[in-house]
Amino acid sequence: MNEHLLTAVKINKVFENKQRHFTALKDIGLNIGNHEFVSLLGPSGCGKSTFLRLVAGLDKATSGTMKMNGQTIEKPGRNRGVVFQQYSLLPWLLAWQNVAFALKKEKDMSNTEKKDLAYHFLDLVGLKGFEEIYPSQMSGGMQQRVAIARALVIKPPLLLMDEPFGALDAQTRRDMQDLLVSIFKETRSSVLFVTHDVDEAVYLSDRVYVMSANPGRIAKQIDIHLSDEKDWSIQLSEPFINYKKEILMELKRQKDDMRPSE
Amino acid sequence: MRFKVISVSGILIVLAIWSFVTYGGLVGNLFLPTPTAVVLEARKQIAEGVFFTDIWVSFYRILIGFLLATLFALPIGVMMGTSKTWKAFWEPLVGFVRYMPVVAFIPLSILWFGTSDMQKFFIIFFGVFFQQVIMIADNCKTVKKSVLEVGLTLGLNRFEVIKDIVVKAAMPNIWDTMRTVWGWAWTYLVVAELVAATSGLGFRIMQAQRYLSTETIILGILTIGMLGLITDIIFGLLAKCMFPWNEKEKINN
Repeated sequence: MNEHLLTAVKINKVFENKQRHFTALKDIGLNIGNHEFVSLLGPSGCGKSTFLRLVAGLDKATSGTMKMNGQTIEKPGRNRGVVFQQYSLLPWLLAWQNVAFALKKEKDMSNTEKKDLAYHFLDLVGLKGFEEIYPSQMSGGMQQRVAIARALVIKPPLLLMDEPFGALDAQTRRDMQDLLVSIFKETRSSVLFVTHDVDEAVYLSDRVYVMSANPGRIAKQIDIHLSDEKDWSIQLSEPFINYKKEILMELKRQKDDMRPSE
Repeated sequence: MRFKVISVSGILIVLAIWSFVTYGGLVGNLFLPTPTAVVLEARKQIAEGVFFTDIWVSFYRILIGFLLATLFALPIGVMMGTSKTWKAFWEPLVGFVRYMPVVAFIPLSILWFGTSDMQKFFIIFFGVFFQQVIMIADNCKTVKKSVLEVGLTLGLNRFEVIKDIVVKAAMPNIWDTMRTVWGWAWTYLVVAELVAATSGLGFRIMQAQRYLSTETIILGILTIGMLGLITDIIFGLLAKCMFPWNEKEKINN
């Protein structure tokens, strides 16, 4: 068992205004180790994206402690890279400039170095030859690749991905999953991955937390042990299907519980 | 090309109707001069040297007034669009003054500045500034929240997010605001010149009224229209140069 990179203990998040009081997250506790790929899986409205925003430092928890390398998370920081669902590239910058934008704060790096690094990471996400085009010229899949390169270029120990492939078509989605697998073999950073796609979660993760809604909490934790040599065919193997079954059963159970008792 | 033909035909139709009613004698020349009379007036004014002087004087006033207003409106508008505190401070003030008709300030402006250029700058500034502030603030609000959050997660502070992301993302819309407001600035300039000026296009129109010289009036109005059209085209061309990323088409790979 390696040391924990991120620890969350009894995290609660309550949204409050005059009309209503809504508990988005209740007593969430989880750990992410070094080089671990962890997924949060659950139906929409279960608070998985809310949790990710807390880790990113974009929102504050109502109570509970969240630590990264032993330090309490208070605001966004460069030790956590974020990839949003909507690619959120800066439309006035070329592909490589979007990646280099992440290096703005690197004072002791020359512009040439930044450009070289940006080109290198675009190559890594399979965009060699597309460095000099604007986001408006790219397909959704290409834009998301740039966004991933931008998050990776600062070499964050933890990468947060909020349904990054949610807006992509099925084929592009599979390509991107394989791309992620190959990238993380290389970069070895940890990932917190939010998704509602069961196959995606099982395929990519070392551990899956299945969440349930109202209030958002962790319903089940499943450690995944699949071959390290991942390729797409693994999704047809028996262990894979068993994990999938386990998760689907859990999601079905939640649905049954939600049905009104009358 | 097809649309250019359509654009020109709109102007030609108006010109044709004008020619028809004037050359045909349907309307007296005192009420509406013939196109020929207007062209002759233009030639006369050019020969006398007043034509381009008038244009330059008016253009100079509008340019300075507009630039001054923009200089202040840009930072204040951005502040209002990005900070609730600043919005709370500026909004009542701007909202209140915005509804005061600029024209009502002309007597006061003459008292303060006489008929000098300062008075024109003041009227244009007053007419344009408050509208610009409100519109620029709105332009900044349309920037997507997710783009701001990208900045924050990359370790930028609030000021850097505003400077490097909000302003840049809102710039094409701010530019459109400038283009719209520039048109209004012309109106305020002419109003100011009609009442109190010794030169400029508005002054020329006002003076012509005394002698019932309608061809001078029509020439002045057409000149203002032409200048408006030209500056509008320039605004459009500059936008294409400054924001090339807005126009690009998708590449498929």
